[in-house]
Amino acid sequence: MANITIDEKVCKGCGLCANACPKNVISLSKHRMNANGYFVAEKVNPQNCIGCAFCAIMCPDCAIEVEK
Amino acid sequence: MAKVFTKTKMLTDVHMHYCPGCTHGIVHRLVAESIEELGLQDKAIGIAPVGCAVFAYDYFNCDMQEAAHGRAPAVATGIKRCLPDRLVFVYQGDGDLASIGMAETVHAAARGEHITIIFINNSIYGMTGGQMAPTTLIGQKATTCQNGRDPAVNGYPIRVCELLATLDAPYYIERVSTQDVKHVLAAKKAIKKALRFQAEGRGYSFVEVLVSCPTNWHMKPVEALRFMAEETSRTFPLGVFRDKSEGREEK
Ligand SMILES: Cc1ncc(C[n+]2csc(CCOP(=O)(O)OP(=O)(O)O)c2C)c(N)n1
Ligand code: SF4
Ligand code: SF4
Ligand code: SF4
Ligand SMILES: [Mg+2]
Repeated sequence: MANITIDEKVCKGCGLCANACPKNVISLSKHRMNANGYFVAEKVNPQNCIGCAFCAIMCPDCAIEVEK
Repeated sequence: MAKVFTKTKMLTDVHMHYCPGCTHGIVHRLVAESIEELGLQDKAIGIAPVGCAVFAYDYFNCDMQEAAHGRAPAVATGIKRCLPDRLVFVYQGDGDLASIGMAETVHAAARGEHITIIFINNSIYGMTGGQMAPTTLIGQKATTCQNGRDPAVNGYPIRVCELLATLDAPYYIERVSTQDVKHVLAAKKAIKKALRFQAEGRGYSFVEVLVSCPTNWHMKPVEALRFMAEETSRTFPLGVFRDKSEGREEK
């Protein structure tokens, strides 16, 4: 069991997290924007998360927390 | 479940202003985490540059001082000599460090000041809109070399680590990258080591970090990481250029 939490207020929709995730847990939303106008990262396959934290390591904005 | 990754307390809650996918933010985190893990948060004093990282003083949760363009190593010298028990780190871009501030850079290194320099090489002047930097790659386009850097007109990129490694005083010099997870983890190790060496009173430490500038490279953030891996790191090879501990202190 592992889980990530994405802080959507801080997310800039850069996609570096999704690119780093080995389990395709994350994808950029195609329709949901935050107040800054960025299409936010969201969990699409949360059940696949292994808690490796690769996403958080690559997030330039510290928007991701990881639990395991 | 236990938290395995949370934001370090050494960064404030202020949202960083960097462009989406700019890896300046990753380096901020690595420096902040390293200071926290070394238990030096109450001793740390950072010097912010002029460049995209100008607001670094709002992001690091420690005493910070802004320096005039290029002069950060001189400011750091003054602070460290007055307060030798503090951990003094400098965060500078390539225009700041290797162009306008090259004199301060070389002389602080030659004097072997007990400071730590974090050098952000994105091979461009980011903040001012993408002019050529001393580190711009041959063939790389910038607003001041629109057909790509031409050595016949613009000269060649300056490799700062290699240049500083000709000096006797520096204790530790390494070049790392933010191109992927593996390299970010290695960058963290180098930054933490550089700060620890200063805290142990060993001397001058310098870590060059290859960073992306998706905006002025006109690339998507992921594409910019690939560019660093395939192009930037060919001109600027990663590695240790000086380690007076000779790796005996691996941690
Ligand atoms: C004395 C002086 N000259 C020029 C400038 C304009 N200026 C501001 S930032 C900058 C370049 C910053 O580039 P770099 O250090 O590479 O940082 P980056 O934005 O790429 O992180 C320049 C030339 C200035 N602010 N002060
Ligand atoms: S912790 Fe690992 S598996 Fe889980 S979302 Fe992040 S990168 Fe993917
Ligand atoms: S890396 Fe961070 S800022 Fe970028 S899309 Fe993912 S969560 Fe958002
Ligand atoms: S201009 Fe470049 S270096 Fe500056 S914040 Fe944007 S991407 Fe980063
Ligand atoms: Mg730059």
